[in-house]
Amino acid sequence: MQELVNRAGELLADGSVARVLGWKAGDLSYNPEPAYFENAEALEQFVYNGFCGANLSKYMIEASKLEGKTLVFLKPCDTYSFSQLLKEHRVDRDKAWIIGVGCHGKLDIERIREQGIKGIELVQEEEDSLKIQTLYGEKELPYQSVMLERCYVCKGKEHRIYDELIGESKETDTGERFAGVAEVEAMSPEEKFAFFQRELSKCIRCNACRNVCPACSCRKCVFDSNKFDSAQKVNVDSFEEKMFHIIRAFHVAGRCTDCGECSRVCPQGIPLHLFNRKFIKDINELYGTFQAGEDLETKGPLTNFTFEDAEPGIVAERG
Amino acid sequence: MYKIEKEKLTALFQMIAADQELFLPIRNGGQVNFGPWSEAVEVDLETLNSVKSPKDVFFPQSENLYTVKQNDGHMCIEPEELKNQDFVVFGIRPCDVKGVEVLDKVFLVDPLDSYYAARREHATLVSMACNEPEETCFCKAFGIDCVEPGGDVAVWRVGEELYWKPLNEKGEALTDKVKSLLVEAEESCVAEQQAAVRKIVEKLPYADLSLDGWNGEALDAKFNSDIWEKLYTPCLACGTCTFVCPTCQCYDIKDYDTGSSGVQRYRCWDSCMYSDFTMMAHGNNRTNQMQRFRQRFMHKLVYFPANNGGMYSCVGCGRCVAKCPASLNIVKVIKAFQEKGGEL
Amino acid sequence: MCLDTLIPQIGIITDIRQETPDVKTFRVNAPEGGKLFEHMPGQCAMLCVPGISEGMFSITSSPTNQEYQEFSIKQCGILTDYLHGMETGSEIMVRGPYGNHFPVETELKGRNLLFIAGGIGLAPLRSVINYVLDNRDNYGTVDILYGSRSADDLVQLKEIQEVWMKMEGVDVHLTIDREQDGWDGNVGFVPTYLKELGFSTDKTALVCGPPIMIKFVLAALEEMGFGKDQVYTTLELRMKCGVGKCGRCNIGSKYVCKDGPVFRCDEVDELPDEY
Repeated sequence: MQELVNRAGELLADGSVARVLGWKAGDLSYNPEPAYFENAEALEQFVYNGFCGANLSKYMIEASKLEGKTLVFLKPCDTYSFSQLLKEHRVDRDKAWIIGVGCHGKLDIERIREQGIKGIELVQEEEDSLKIQTLYGEKELPYQSVMLERCYVCKGKEHRIYDELIGESKETDTGERFAGVAEVEAMSPEEKFAFFQRELSKCIRCNACRNVCPACSCRKCVFDSNKFDSAQKVNVDSFEEKMFHIIRAFHVAGRCTDCGECSRVCPQGIPLHLFNRKFIKDINELYGTFQAGEDLETKGPLTNFTFEDAEPGIVAERG
Repeated sequence: MYKIEKEKLTALFQMIAADQELFLPIRNGGQVNFGPWSEAVEVDLETLNSVKSPKDVFFPQSENLYTVKQNDGHMCIEPEELKNQDFVVFGIRPCDVKGVEVLDKVFLVDPLDSYYAARREHATLVSMACNEPEETCFCKAFGIDCVEPGGDVAVWRVGEELYWKPLNEKGEALTDKVKSLLVEAEESCVAEQQAAVRKIVEKLPYADLSLDGWNGEALDAKFNSDIWEKLYTPCLACGTCTFVCPTCQCYDIKDYDTGSSGVQRYRCWDSCMYSDFTMMAHGNNRTNQMQRFRQRFMHKLVYFPANNGGMYSCVGCGRCVAKCPASLNIVKVIKAFQEKGGEL
Repeated sequence: MCLDTLIPQIGIITDIRQETPDVKTFRVNAPEGGKLFEHMPGQCAMLCVPGISEGMFSITSSPTNQEYQEFSIKQCGILTDYLHGMETGSEIMVRGPYGNHFPVETELKGRNLLFIAGGIGLAPLRSVINYVLDNRDNYGTVDILYGSRSADDLVQLKEIQEVWMKMEGVDVHLTIDREQDGWDGNVGFVPTYLKELGFSTDKTALVCGPPIMIKFVLAALEEMGFGKDQVYTTLELRMKCGVGKCGRCNIGSKYVCKDGPVFRCDEVDELPDEY
């Protein structure tokens, strides 16, 4: 981590960048927040640890409008989002100095809590384990057991776009990316409905998922329009609960890089990534394997027409 | 003071629910929120905080105010029926009870909000003391003792037993109803646990959080500070903090045209963090997120105390600490001003 | 049964006057005749059209008018567009009165009054002016300075010319922003004209108009030697509930719908700079 701070300090000092976009230490071990640093003194608060799951690419939309370059630290999964935003002309490549940081997988505080750990005073990250000091005793957990969902199906630790690379990564994927989707697909219609009903009934329409999503960068979201009767701030009935998420999944389909932020931020722990991954799985089947944000050239299947595209009739065939 | 064994709780809930609605913390899909009791639900009294505060019970996320119908070309207004049946809220934490008291200061002042008032009148609050405070808790800063809950009945969990103490007439009335399941007990039985929990509270990371300098007169000192520009930057403007907060009370009023059943005028939660909150026909007086972010905390820590004799619109429940997607929260705001004395 | 203050009454629009190209004055009565409720000058009411919206409007008629209440409304949004399309005889929902009022029975009694209005800002002040004129002996001299973009944008011009200008002890000064054929009155912005007229500081000023006009008028009054406690104005923010609960119009520790919209200038100074 010190390497990152040093490099950032250098770039600030020689004027190559006007500010640094990274993570600032929180007051608890596990809550660093995305922040801008403008000088070496501010950088004393910089932190890069297992709890830096936040994807900084979306903040680059606003940072692109500021004077001078912004140094941004991107984890491998974050670089997919940045590339995608670049393709959509939402960020300015010339305004960004990207340092690709190494990643050993990021931690999920909710999973830690699910192990019954409370009153956390300090979390120490060791090579493969977490030593947690709590008000109710010391606990130790294997690092691999409490990572964010997306780390288990990591797309790979290769940064897709960067100006320089700092830090080693460690492979963390252990699962099958579409296993969760396949599990739901295998359910009967009644079971599927009950599953989504149970999950989506928890939704409080806080819009955290939409606001954190790099693919959702509309200046004025259609859901904020005052021309609808529905409030957009509450699910008046169970239809509205599902409607928002399904519509949002459609809106980002083909552009979602599967960065996993939506599921990380949901206060009610709804597995939103399942919707988006289902779309990705379908797109792969219908249009050939495609990963949004992998590079800057490949055209997205939903925004590009070829004669090999699936015909509408396929809906009736495969359901 | 009475007590009841944990295993008898289901019977207790059955007895209460036999003639009135019972709301308590329910585990659903891996999360705990307040909901109506039924035989099928999984009650969870161990988890410290529900994700959404129980303010929903008194101030629902959405409720119909009245419906306007057309009768032979004339408008006809049908007000929604007010709550007229008693109900019980069980397992509400001391911080959340104080949260309800904060809401009372808004909704029960003149002009009375009859929808809220009706629910409040018919509710019996059975509050539950905390056993294992968490690192996100800071109720102490607001003068709340988490082992002396307010409400109508106070309940403590000690080992396999629940101690039950009615605190007022409403509490006595409920106690009478369920007396057959309760056993008399000594007041001193909870003293040891109370002392132990208080010791833990002293060791919490936020135990020393000080509200010095935050009061009704602090407007000029705080409002114009340039700390806000630095604090707000990660804010995603979502609304999570306002929706999980037990004291946030902003609402919107909208129309829903059902077609043949008339136009329903309903109110729903709103968030001062949303960009359109103060939008008018000729402009918006808070056009950027810094102003909105500042407004939320100025309201909670300065304006509300100014209007309510120093009472803050925060109870230290820690939900914003736990749930903000960008890890911002009221503690960070308070501390930022403490450290920098108002200047960067 | 006493209904919640959020529940409106049904009124009938009994008259509609086109004042200017984008301002209409609506007269509202209770279905059985008479007024829907009593109010004090400066107070507002929410007009609601189910399925469209509701909005807070100042009641432009004085409470001394026993027969009806009036609202002068400028067309500038979804709700006002709809209102402007309505016809006499239509039903409309009204709830109120909300807000505080000009202290006509207390501080303003016996004083010399200077009314300064711009454009649609005359609407709330008109209720005070007519109240004062109906209780003429209770007040000192009355000066009315009113300006608008053009002669066609002067609201209530007929009443101004036929009633106010003809009353003793009432001086009316009109102005428009730019030269116009057929207008031989003053030409110039309200703040400029105010300074030119040079009023003595033994008056209490009541100011209402577009925010930019208020800003310059207040500065001019200060320059002329008026103390902040001698000037009253109205603030406007988005309002939903009208009763100081929903938080929308909250500024500083005040709610414009409940603690306002009338504020004295020294009170406005205490508010944060968000207006």
